[in-house]
Amino acid sequence: MTGYSRQNESTGTGWTENVLRVEGLTVIGRPSDVEIISDVSLTVNRGEILGLVGESGSGKTTLGLSLLRHLKRATQITEGRVWVGERELASLNEQQVRNLRGRAVAYIPQSPASALNPALRLGTQLTEALHDDTSTSDQVAERVREVLREVALPDDPAFLRRYPHQLSGGQQQRVAIAMAFVGRPDLIVLDEPTTGLDVTTQAHVLETIKAMTREYGTAGVYISHDMAVVADLADDIAVMYQGELVEHGRTEQVLSAPRHEYTRRLLMAVPLLRTSGHTEPATRTEEPLLRIFELSAGYGRTRVLEGIDLSVSRGECVALLGESGSGKTTLSRSVAGLHHQFEGGLVFDGQALAGTSYRRTAEQRRRIQYVFQNPYEALNPRKRVRDQILGPYRHLVGRPDDPDLVVAQALERAALPASYGERFPEQLSGGERQRVCIARAVATRPDLLVCDEITSALDVSVQAEIVKLLRSLQDDGMALLFVTHNIALVSNIADRVAVLNKGRIVEYGPVGQVMSAPEHEYTRALIADTPDFELSFPGAPERLSMDSEGRVTDG
Amino acid sequence: MTRLIVVRLFFGALTLWAVSLVVFAATQALPGDAAQLILGRDATPERLAALRDQLNLHEPVAVQYMQWLQGVVQGDLGTSFSNRMPVGEYLASPIRSSLTLMGLAALVATPLALFIGAFSALRRDRGFDHGASMGTLVLASIPEFVVGILLILLLGPGGLGLFPSVYAREGGPEQWTLPVLTLALAVAPPIIRMMRATMIEVLESEYVQQARLKGLSERTVLWRHAAPNAIGPVAQVVALQLAWLAGGVVAIEFLFNFPGVGKVLMDAIENRDVPLIQAVVLLIAGIYILVNLLADAIGLAANPKVRVANR
Repeated sequence: MTGYSRQNESTGTGWTENVLRVEGLTVIGRPSDVEIISDVSLTVNRGEILGLVGESGSGKTTLGLSLLRHLKRATQITEGRVWVGERELASLNEQQVRNLRGRAVAYIPQSPASALNPALRLGTQLTEALHDDTSTSDQVAERVREVLREVALPDDPAFLRRYPHQLSGGQQQRVAIAMAFVGRPDLIVLDEPTTGLDVTTQAHVLETIKAMTREYGTAGVYISHDMAVVADLADDIAVMYQGELVEHGRTEQVLSAPRHEYTRRLLMAVPLLRTSGHTEPATRTEEPLLRIFELSAGYGRTRVLEGIDLSVSRGECVALLGESGSGKTTLSRSVAGLHHQFEGGLVFDGQALAGTSYRRTAEQRRRIQYVFQNPYEALNPRKRVRDQILGPYRHLVGRPDDPDLVVAQALERAALPASYGERFPEQLSGGERQRVCIARAVATRPDLLVCDEITSALDVSVQAEIVKLLRSLQDDGMALLFVTHNIALVSNIADRVAVLNKGRIVEYGPVGQVMSAPEHEYTRALIADTPDFELSFPGAPERLSMDSEGRVTDG
Repeated sequence: MTRLIVVRLFFGALTLWAVSLVVFAATQALPGDAAQLILGRDATPERLAALRDQLNLHEPVAVQYMQWLQGVVQGDLGTSFSNRMPVGEYLASPIRSSLTLMGLAALVATPLALFIGAFSALRRDRGFDHGASMGTLVLASIPEFVVGILLILLLGPGGLGLFPSVYAREGGPEQWTLPVLTLALAVAPPIIRMMRATMIEVLESEYVQQARLKGLSERTVLWRHAAPNAIGPVAQVVALQLAWLAGGVVAIEFLFNFPGVGKVLMDAIENRDVPLIQAVVLLIAGIYILVNLLADAIGLAANPKVRVANR
């Protein structure tokens, strides 16, 4: 390509077809001696991408990091070998490990916002990836500019002088990709690099990754919990479950004929984009439960929302679809009375709602409940589940005659056993925490539940269960305002959908109509950018997967 | 960033003004008036009247305050009651001694504390770390003059006899050792603990992991990636501790009979020498504010978000 010389001694003897070979790798945690990954074997060929799929806690990140001979605190490799090219990682000394990292194996982190050093300029961080290089600084600088062009970022000196916080999330992830490819590695480990990016950015980043691995002939290990992304990108798929590799094969084969029960479950949990087969929501003549008209809101002088018109009827699920920064959270917070800098009207059950929750009646507050995005932050870690559920109940409804019954009923509606009332949040998994948040919200028997991205912090399989739970609540007559960036989810849960773009509703209508015949450019782009695949294995549900419970939309 | 520093300067000046108000009010609360205090037993009604006239004591309090403040701003701190010398002149030598003492203590304590803290973080949960955390806890829980007394017993004439325990005008540089050491030991523990905690947080961060995964040497990881991100929070604690020195020096100077502002303050309180007390308290407050301002500036400079946004 340029006058840049390659200083990679390991590949001097010719190419082996397998860039990565893992044999019987076992990693245990200290001091408990629990196996984090047990007896994992796999290979990846040059120029191919292996999708490593599993839930959080399945050991996929531990496996990914061990390919760079990096172990987290208090973990230890007890058995097995890892070859990258012809190097056996366990036999390397410290200097050789440093030469391996960044040059033979590179790592792209999950969250570039926290993996790029906030105190260092981009130029420094990109250049230092070529730390053991013997070429002149001019050649290094040229190489950095070249790789920046390849990931479609500016390569001028002004850009290189920037700090990470001056970039958007997508740009940060491109910098992380550039940082990984700058040393022309043989193998690249990608740890959920698109989690936290919105679909459009995700599509661009995946495109870049695909092009770069092809161009460089680099082997890739793509770690993810999202089967839809992996199906789109990977040549091979390996599925991890509780530290074990339960399935490994070509992508088409795994998708069409999954052998392991867990793989099948994972595949079925992915919300598929439904573009047809929706039941039309019945036309309603009665006054809607919540009516929003001509609402505009902002923070200080910045306007976030303009001219929002929206209504939610009883027992209806209206989805608010938009990417980060589209103003969807601001809208839902305004409805809940958490954000009061807005003009326009909010009418709830025939009565105007005050801007702030302080000036709403207890009854109004009881009838609108809010579930937050991150269940890890929304629960007080020092209080038992029972007290978290009873808190708002006592405040809004009054002292219950039988507190145990209130807790038990709320937990039951969130599909949790009553015994969970005695637990503390740290004794719960992410999905269970979100169920507790839902139980807390439904304990006061609200009419409208505002769900702000409540599945985005959860694994795909857990997400499917939460969606199922929401549907049952809706069947009981509760109205939902479901805020999300995931268009596939919308197509599975909502009756009507409002698409938000830059603070305005660009498309609003019944889900079936919006999905099958999107009118606005932006909606079409969203649908096109969403990774999707067909389920074709025997016994797999049709595309109507989530509607298979025979739900009846009442009039 | 300049704007932020100007804002902080303004608030520093505001604080100093509030301190002057409090100090002036305190002198008004004393029994009798300044003339009475100055003349003491020599007071005759005629002499009192003459002195009151001379000191403008018949003016309203607000006017007196304005006159005093005007003097302070122009560098005229008044005349000491006990020795009839201008306060500024009288304080010059003690201020120099005290500042040298504080400076030496800061110079010894800060780098050492930062190093011990960082090293503890690197050796987390090993022998050195446990030893350091035990030591800092013990030191932090003992009052600084007790530390001084223990040092005198251990290293002074009664113990190993390495250093003199009392400052004397004709003594050599070795007599500085014990006061400096005592102050350094009093100042260091919180800095060590903060440095350790911050370094651990930074070392566990994803960008440090990413730097290691890029194959950088441990030295580069530490100095280029970890240290700049630890400076901001630690600078605040260092500043708090150094500012504490300005007040903490009083007890230590008394203990070692060191001729600094602390000792002057003790004597002034004993003699009810109001102008002197006012001057010393203002001085200590001034140092406090200045050091904190410096820490804010360092904290801001260490944060690229602020640095870039306000250039």
